[in-house]
Amino acid sequence: MSPTGAGGPLQDRVLALERALRAAGVPVAVSEGLDAMRAAAAVELIDREQLRQALAATMVKTETHRAAFSTLFDLYFPARLGLDPALPAGTADAEPPAPRDIADFLAELAARIHTGDADAVAHLAREAVGAYGGVPDRDGEVSYFAYRVFRDINLAGLLRRLLGEAPVRDALADRLRRDEFELALRRFREEVETEIRRRQVVQRGAEEVARRAVGPLPEDVDFFRVSADEQAVMRRSVRPLARKLATRLAAKRRRARDGRLDVRRTVRRSLSTGGVPMDPHLRARRASRPELVLLCDVSGSVAAFARFTLLFCHALQGQFSRVRSFAFIDAVDEVSGLFSDGDFSNALERLSVDADLVWLDGHSDYGHAFETFHARYLDAITPRTTVLVLGDARNNYRAANTWVLADLRRLGRRVYWLNPEPAAQWGSGDSIALDYAAVIDRMVECRNLRQLSDFVEELA
Amino acid sequence: MTEAVFTGPADVAARLEAAGYLSDPAIATITYLAERLGKPVLVEGPAGVGKTELAKAVATARGAQLLRLQCYEGVDEAKALYEWNYSKQLLRIQADRERTWDQTHDDIFGRDYLLERPLLRAITSDVPTVLLIDEVDKVDFEFEALLLEVLSDFQVTIPEMATVVATRRPFVVLTSNNTRELSEALKRRCLYLYLDYPDLEREKAIVAARVPEVPAQLADALVRVVRSLRSLELKKSPSIAETLDWARTLLELGYDSIDEGVAASTITVLLKHRTDVEKGLAHLAAPAPAPGSRSVPPPRR
Repeated sequence: MSPTGAGGPLQDRVLALERALRAAGVPVAVSEGLDAMRAAAAVELIDREQLRQALAATMVKTETHRAAFSTLFDLYFPARLGLDPALPAGTADAEPPAPRDIADFLAELAARIHTGDADAVAHLAREAVGAYGGVPDRDGEVSYFAYRVFRDINLAGLLRRLLGEAPVRDALADRLRRDEFELALRRFREEVETEIRRRQVVQRGAEEVARRAVGPLPEDVDFFRVSADEQAVMRRSVRPLARKLATRLAAKRRRARDGRLDVRRTVRRSLSTGGVPMDPHLRARRASRPELVLLCDVSGSVAAFARFTLLFCHALQGQFSRVRSFAFIDAVDEVSGLFSDGDFSNALERLSVDADLVWLDGHSDYGHAFETFHARYLDAITPRTTVLVLGDARNNYRAANTWVLADLRRLGRRVYWLNPEPAAQWGSGDSIALDYAAVIDRMVECRNLRQLSDFVEELA
Repeated sequence: MTEAVFTGPADVAARLEAAGYLSDPAIATITYLAERLGKPVLVEGPAGVGKTELAKAVATARGAQLLRLQCYEGVDEAKALYEWNYSKQLLRIQADRERTWDQTHDDIFGRDYLLERPLLRAITSDVPTVLLIDEVDKVDFEFEALLLEVLSDFQVTIPEMATVVATRRPFVVLTSNNTRELSEALKRRCLYLYLDYPDLEREKAIVAARVPEVPAQLADALVRVVRSLRSLELKKSPSIAETLDWARTLLELGYDSIDEGVAASTITVLLKHRTDVEKGLAHLAAPAPAPGSRSVPPPRR
């Protein structure tokens, strides 16, 4: 089946969207692009929602890439301009001659949110961009910016106002109403952003806008710059990775058939086939589960990374039968049991209360932490143990004690180090990453989920 | 190619609804495309959003039989494709001792001695078939490769016999809870459908369809509470089934509205972990904190 039914412009647009997705980091295979064409030809083009679903289902195969897709789809297949980018934008929604008074506008917005009229709120968002978001530049053209809109329309203030206007009832009703308002305001904000991008597309073309419209994909976000929304994505993504790591590290589990022959059971079974041992019974091989020891730096300098580190520890604990986690700042303590209830809301705070991590002054001291680990927990290391160290190796110019890691490597199976700093900065300033890297199996840069999954991938 | 039954997304939606499954535009469009393009659908999403239900409803809507392969760690060819019926073969060999080996050999490697497992059955079936490969994220890497072969060519080679090619392509649905990242190759061959928890209106409609005795304003209140709970970071967010259970519970206890007390006394229907219950109760009972800029994230950039 070929997409001959569709016209050229549609194909061009789908191709352009495909290119933009790739530029944003979403992997779209050639065959997926072809599927997208076929899918686009199969749906009703009049129905934008159908087209959106068809293109998403064929080109975007990971849920975390969906946000990037939505943004780009809106750029290449804008809501009211249809497929023809030549259509002038102003005709569909000419600006009101003079923007109305802001108090007036806010009153209507609040009223619409109270009645839960989503379409009207979306319409108001578009109006807001036209009325309050414009900045005229020198040659008379008007550029639109979100910050202009939100300078006039303070969302936090609006939320306060909405809550204040609502009738007071019990706590549960309050909670539900609050959810409602927050959702409506989030939609309003998204609609404003979409509208601004739409206007930019008209002025500068989709390619130009696409280049800057999509931020880094969740797997490329630096651990040190993770926003609240992205944290949730990270939490979801870490678990599959931990599972993969578990299967990679596990000595390849052989099929049960590979076990030794169980003579007694084979003879017993052969009775049903007239004494001919048709179906030999083999003793199941005991799968050798690897053991894992995690050593995590949770000091202030890597706080953002530490939050991820603990998450990773927890996910790994679910996958391996024997994981022991240790956290350290300048002293080390075992934290394996701490997160067994799966509550992560204030992991770092709980660590500082429940675990004994500070020995002297609460600044990272890898050397001392390793030394205490060696003295107190060496029994955790067996020939089947893989040791994973997570930290930036910034030691505040203290003793490195690299001999501990060398010793762990001698006693255990492997020692790996995940370092959240760019490799170029290793060894600069008070970083002693290179000293440690010399005595262990591998130190890898691990600044985002993609690098982590690459590491897991390479462990094969 | 899978034979066409659906005429368009709207038709899919109508037929699924007749089969007792309330769809949304994404589900309807992608189900329709799967049939048109002859591609498997990979359905991902949290537990309890109706992934498996969708496959069942599609089978009903297309008037097809449903074959289900439940995946688990260690599932192999013998469980998924076919296996020779050794005992039967042995009996056969013993039964005709006077015949030559060649004759017997041809006999015992025939259809009669083959135990067909779901994948092979789906391919050889001569009635319309929906093949559900459930929880595909549980299988080992090697098995995923085997699936690739079956799903791209819809044929299976049995060395002792022949290559079996599908006469009718089954409509294939794969589900995954995303406990493990699936291979790119498998994803490439599928249409991707992410099923999230339903939005307010759809969940209300589901409650109305499944527990019709629930009055509208109670249904509205209860799905709002459920949505609020789902926004939390829980071990196990309430599934659609649990929403329905809660609706029945409230009905049984004779409540027609929900306040804090009612929610607190029945929340264990929705949340099954102790820590989740504590968190949920704290969330619902918490007096709204002084509104600040924290709750509405600032516009990006």
